Amino acid sequence: MALRQTELRPMGKPIGRKEDPRLIRGKGHYVDDVMLPNMLYLCIVRSPYAHARIRRIDTSAALAAPGVKLVLTGEDLAEMNLAWMPTLAGDQQMVMATGKVLFQYQEVAAVVAETRAQAEDAAQLIEVDYEPLPVVADPFQALAPDAPILREDKEKKSNHIFHWEAGDREETEALFREAPVVVKQNVRFPRVHPAPLEPCGCVSDWDAARNKLTLYVTSQAPHVHRTVLAMVSGLPEHQIHVISPDVGGGFGNKVPVYSGYVVATVASLKLGVPVKWIETRTENIASSHFARDYHMTAEIAAREDGTVLALRVKTVADHGAFDAAADPSKFPAGLFSIVTGSYDFKAAFVEVDGVYTNKAPGGVAYRCSFRVTEAAYLIERVMDILAQRLKMDPAELRLKNFIRKEQFPYHSPTGWVYDSGDYEKTLKLALERIGYEELRKEQAEKRARGELMGIGISTFTEVVGAGPAHQFDIVGIKMFDSAQIRFHPTGKVIARLGVRHQGQGHETTFAQIIAEELGLSADDVLIEEGDTDTAPYGLGTYASRSTPTAGGAAALCARRIREKARKIAAHLLEVGEDDVVWDGVAFSAKGLPGRAVSMKDVAFAAYTNVPEGMEPGLEATYYYNPPNLTFPNGAYIAVVDIDKGTGTVKVRRFLAVDDCGNVINPMIVEGQVHGGLTEGFAIAFMQDIPYDADGNCLAPNLMDYLVPTSVDTPRWETDRTVTPSPHHPIGAKGVGESPNVGSPAAFVNAVVDALSPLGVEHIDMPIFPWKVWNILREHGITE
Amino acid sequence: MNIRVKVNGRLYEADVEPRTLLAYFLREQLNLTGTHIGCDTTTCGACTVLFDGKPIKSCTVLAVQADGHEVMTVEGLESNGQLHPLQSAFWEDHALQCGYCTPGMLMAAYGLLQTNPAPTDEEIREALSGNICRCTGYMNIVKAVQNAARQMAGENQEVIEEAAVSGTSTD
Repeated sequence: MALRQTELRPMGKPIGRKEDPRLIRGKGHYVDDVMLPNMLYLCIVRSPYAHARIRRIDTSAALAAPGVKLVLTGEDLAEMNLAWMPTLAGDQQMVMATGKVLFQYQEVAAVVAETRAQAEDAAQLIEVDYEPLPVVADPFQALAPDAPILREDKEKKSNHIFHWEAGDREETEALFREAPVVVKQNVRFPRVHPAPLEPCGCVSDWDAARNKLTLYVTSQAPHVHRTVLAMVSGLPEHQIHVISPDVGGGFGNKVPVYSGYVVATVASLKLGVPVKWIETRTENIASSHFARDYHMTAEIAAREDGTVLALRVKTVADHGAFDAAADPSKFPAGLFSIVTGSYDFKAAFVEVDGVYTNKAPGGVAYRCSFRVTEAAYLIERVMDILAQRLKMDPAELRLKNFIRKEQFPYHSPTGWVYDSGDYEKTLKLALERIGYEELRKEQAEKRARGELMGIGISTFTEVVGAGPAHQFDIVGIKMFDSAQIRFHPTGKVIARLGVRHQGQGHETTFAQIIAEELGLSADDVLIEEGDTDTAPYGLGTYASRSTPTAGGAAALCARRIREKARKIAAHLLEVGEDDVVWDGVAFSAKGLPGRAVSMKDVAFAAYTNVPEGMEPGLEATYYYNPPNLTFPNGAYIAVVDIDKGTGTVKVRRFLAVDDCGNVINPMIVEGQVHGGLTEGFAIAFMQDIPYDADGNCLAPNLMDYLVPTSVDTPRWETDRTVTPSPHHPIGAKGVGESPNVGSPAAFVNAVVDALSPLGVEHIDMPIFPWKVWNILREHGITE
Repeated sequence: MNIRVKVNGRLYEADVEPRTLLAYFLREQLNLTGTHIGCDTTTCGACTVLFDGKPIKSCTVLAVQADGHEVMTVEGLESNGQLHPLQSAFWEDHALQCGYCTPGMLMAAYGLLQTNPAPTDEEIREALSGNICRCTGYMNIVKAVQNAARQMAGENQEVIEEAAVSGTSTD
């Protein structure tokens, strides 16, 4: 692999990442690395109670403590009309508590001091007098008629947030009435947290002389953050400069606007100096936004031969104290209605009810395109249950029910139009590569000896790349994305995009797209993202949307440049524009062999020798509104062995065959797949944030919230099929989340498959060894 | 308290609060921000540095404990503008994505290769098990450490061969 990217036509090549040289030298620039003169530090005081009235807050001792410059409470913010802020889901959430707290670790007060340690010391001196209130930690209890009403600020006196449905109820009911086979299963997707290695934080710097606020912030969506900040603070948007520097992982955690950003900004506005807030890991897991927490019930109606007819899903979604789900505004349950997955159901009906509880707010898309992970897990789980009931092989059941490749574009019963796919080809490749038949033989032999081996399949379909704008918006802003490309006279390019990578490698892949379109090498193109003063407006990087949206914008923007370049080339070649031919690296004149001009020649001419009447310069901006979403898919197979003595599951093999359309950089795609599988593995086997009945968060750190180490993590095998997206400018689909969306079901299906001789049909995640051990003990398999 | 500590071969004298953690001393007083902080429980390893040649988590050592000792951070890996073989291998093998764990990973791997120049995959995984990466799934990290180990062994071999040619001892 070449580390310097000087070759032309770099599309599809595994070129080394342009962002790496600074990161491997320890010269990345993350938010906590921002050190400004006179900078102060913010520490937030949080509630130990999940639900309590605040009787009194005494800040006097904190104010007198060494180094303390400012103490703020919710009441102080209320005086500025800043005690509440809008959430991305159209709800409102407290910046700092006024009146009462609604979840443990909620923001109650803040201290600003000269050093981090002084701020933490003084925070300990703030005395808060709480009157505990009855706690509702369970979403089903929250819906009970006698449940305490949690949100006193809402007009609707109920803990019920929304009811949302998709599909056709009557058609679905009719098919269920006649179906000879019906399977039904309750499936929980636990509450998890993305926990990127870098916690969230900011440095807010109000410059009174320039009348400008600069906010360095861990943000996956800096433009949206600026707009929200303008709406909340009343500061004019052009006087707010949001910079998202290097981001140490996001996975959806860094999409929302958090209280700490607002409080740090208030403090900087009041004190006129920069204020830094960096959350601790406990604050990250226990208060910044969680993901999933779906209580789902799925039913499949089918024929006895395994042909599926209809799907019915009911879900109770625990949103915590505020509806802060990071979903497009018309989609309170995200894209959950993709739940019919890769299968040709005749009808489906899906309902989701959102509920308030005394738990941390959220519902972010953790390496997921807005609730697609919940949907893919559910359908892949219950398809296996159907296979088990019918005593069919799970691969055979899937092959029988797949949407066939000639059915694309496929109109799903819940209203999606799938762009492309060849599910049969993908699964068959996976079965062949893993040696499925041999594995089943081995399993039969092992079963005969009383050994527990399982094989789990997941053939998921994802939906990513929101827009299109007529369907998707966030706080009213349409979900397009953008690119701006500027050639400089010597033929070098700076391109800026509206998205913001957090490790996905945009500095390389977007350079590859632009270089491919313009006959350059990736080294000729510098990609910049994350600075709202310079980059064109965009909605950010999450939900695998960067390549489908900004990647499309980059290609079309480059083609816009090429159109002007063609005119300049005609001028340089002294031929008519119609006689100019672009061969991918240079313009030549039809019928005039040997005469060619490169894009570099054209760029120089754009500043030195343009045709008469033409505007000089060579740059373009493109706002791309995708015509549809893209539908990446894959076939994953897990092979597990279970230790009968301890209940420990060992993942012996895992193969992921992904179809993400055309690939820009296979090395980066494979890296994304490895990472996503590791997070899917974590969700299946270890990650969980439980709460007790008093609303205490039981896993608020990395000692209790388990993330996989190098020793835990299996070795991944990968392969690929390529079905280009027919509507995307370069035929790409997005891949970052597929492995996290598709893999949990493969792991769980494998464990259930191993235990199926015992009659086990389902185990809820995470599959801790004790859960398996309990099952083995119940069946007398272990003592 | 006044401390004297050698960091990346350079001697620093500094006045530190007794409670200052080494990680914050490196980051905020010496401006060596390559050492990152990712948890409060000594779990994540982003702050790993070498302390007298051994990898430690600098969030769990006081700066005053470094008085009279030698510390090496990620900024000390490069020499004369040349990347260390571990750094090049991480780049070549796509062993990093967001880069936040990378400095700690590099230092932990460096520590391993000092004591075990030809580790097995299992030994690498064991040695890096105190360093969390949320992006890569570790496979490419293991591959990069192997790649670097081979490269470093090759370099040592060259030194030995050169020494043999000139008839001097390598000790």
